Amino acid sequence: MDVRKTYKLFVNGEFVRSESGRAYRPDGMVNVPRGSRKDLRDAVRAARTAFPGWAGRTAMNRGQILYRAAEMLDGRAAQFVELLGGGVRARRELERSVETLVWYAGWTDKLPQVTGTVNPVAGPYFNFTIPEPTGVVAIVAPERDALSGLVRRLAPVLCGGNVVVALTAESQPLAALTLAEVLATSDVPAGVVNIISGQRKELLPWLSSHMDINAIDTAGCTTDEIKAIEESAAGNVKRVIKLTKDEMSPYLISAFMEMKTVWHPIGV
Amino acid sequence: MATALSLTHLGSLMRGVRSVDQVGADERAASLAKRSIKKSSKLWALDLAVRCMDLTTLEGADTPGKVAAMCAKAVRPKPGDATVPSVAAVCVYPLRIADCVQALRGSAVRIASVATAFPSGQSFTSIKVAETEQAVQAGAHEIDMVIDRGAFLSGDYQRVYDEIVAVKEACGAAHLKVILETGELGNYDAVRRASILAMAAGADFIKTSTGKVQPAATLPVALVMMEAIRDFVRETGRPVGFKAAGGIRTSKQAIAYLVITYETLGADWMTPDRLRLGASTLLNDVLMQIDKERSGAYQSADYFTVD
Repeated sequence: MDVRKTYKLFVNGEFVRSESGRAYRPDGMVNVPRGSRKDLRDAVRAARTAFPGWAGRTAMNRGQILYRAAEMLDGRAAQFVELLGGGVRARRELERSVETLVWYAGWTDKLPQVTGTVNPVAGPYFNFTIPEPTGVVAIVAPERDALSGLVRRLAPVLCGGNVVVALTAESQPLAALTLAEVLATSDVPAGVVNIISGQRKELLPWLSSHMDINAIDTAGCTTDEIKAIEESAAGNVKRVIKLTKDEMSPYLISAFMEMKTVWHPIGV
Repeated sequence: MATALSLTHLGSLMRGVRSVDQVGADERAASLAKRSIKKSSKLWALDLAVRCMDLTTLEGADTPGKVAAMCAKAVRPKPGDATVPSVAAVCVYPLRIADCVQALRGSAVRIASVATAFPSGQSFTSIKVAETEQAVQAGAHEIDMVIDRGAFLSGDYQRVYDEIVAVKEACGAAHLKVILETGELGNYDAVRRASILAMAAGADFIKTSTGKVQPAATLPVALVMMEAIRDFVRETGRPVGFKAAGGIRTSKQAIAYLVITYETLGADWMTPDRLRLGASTLLNDVLMQIDKERSGAYQSADYFTVD
């Protein structure tokens, strides 16, 4: 029997339809939920609630969970390759996604060592700087590379201890929505990653003006969209990240980190 | 009204209380809670919710400083924005009344104090009366008393009635809110009986819960109590207020209570003189919703005071 799948949003660890009840057909065949501003609101609320728990986990534990996500993704390789259109290109994209998760899994406990510093100061203080996650990060997934495009942006944000509300590629959301099934079985706590499909034009203004979002990755946005986002993100001084290079880098992790400097008195 | 009813009269009053259709009450409350209040109506409702709020702190760890901070917030919920009105009252333990008197001098915010061995109500009547008298003397404008649920549940209505009468007398000019603690009463019939009993004994307000027991305020229970108020008013002509308290944390919940009040008791009850919402954390959510309606952007708790 052929059971057709109903694609759902991933909000607070649950697979839900859009509260608006709407759907759209990105490829003319499959119905995909068309998320509304209220889905976005719910996702941000879930993310905010999940943030202290995720940020408070040990770096090692976050690494284990990201590695587990890589395992789960690899275990469903065949499904994803088919979703991505099959063939060598699809196979390569899947491998790149798995590799990305593994690579960033290794970075969780190394980032503070690399970007943190002990600062020589002219006074009786032990002065050091450590990276801390900024909070709720919105990711606008790139339109190309339906799976690896999102994974490449998602993994570094999670690695640092941030929580995510991701907007899938409008033209090809299926792989990203299916990625939610991988994350749901990887011990990623509920609310840490929320995935919404829908129309960029409709959702971006709500995303960029939301006072409870701390940073926004504009990977999938056009120049005009980025300009509008920057204007409205000024409301709560969101970080607007515009790194477009599709390569793995610790700078993509630190882009979403706040550097905290501590002055600790010594010898008094 | 508040003069002592004899045992036989009270018995017939209680026997005369008709029973409540539980399924009907649940369904009506659920359907009213679904009503959509948007834009300018929502702003109006949120404004009313603030004006009807009893900003509450009832913790063992309450200090004069914490109470003073809450009072400041009660007077001016949103610093720098005078368009957000003051709340109706602050609600504290008796020992904190003096702090409120000092902090609220010159403002219209009233002081409510819990009394009568809050939250259990399991103490001697003379102590409850003395506690009430002292609270009023200390400066409380309103007394939130708890009924003795042990007596009520064992059918000793006379004792509950007499205690309310005695406390009402001890209140003097202060308003008396009678907390039924509906979460411990078991069913809607008992809620309705307790409502009628409290009103007959002279309550100015009847209030759902202490906030210390789960379940606290629920919409169906509010509906049952309001219908009791409506029937009581029809019978006696004396208006009685309603206060929902316990577990009201979001604007959405608050608006649902406003809707249900309007639909059951009418526009005359949409005022702080007859409707109160007791809450400790609701105010910030209401402020955030007001800002959301005004600015069009979803708000963050980061930009509102910690309370």
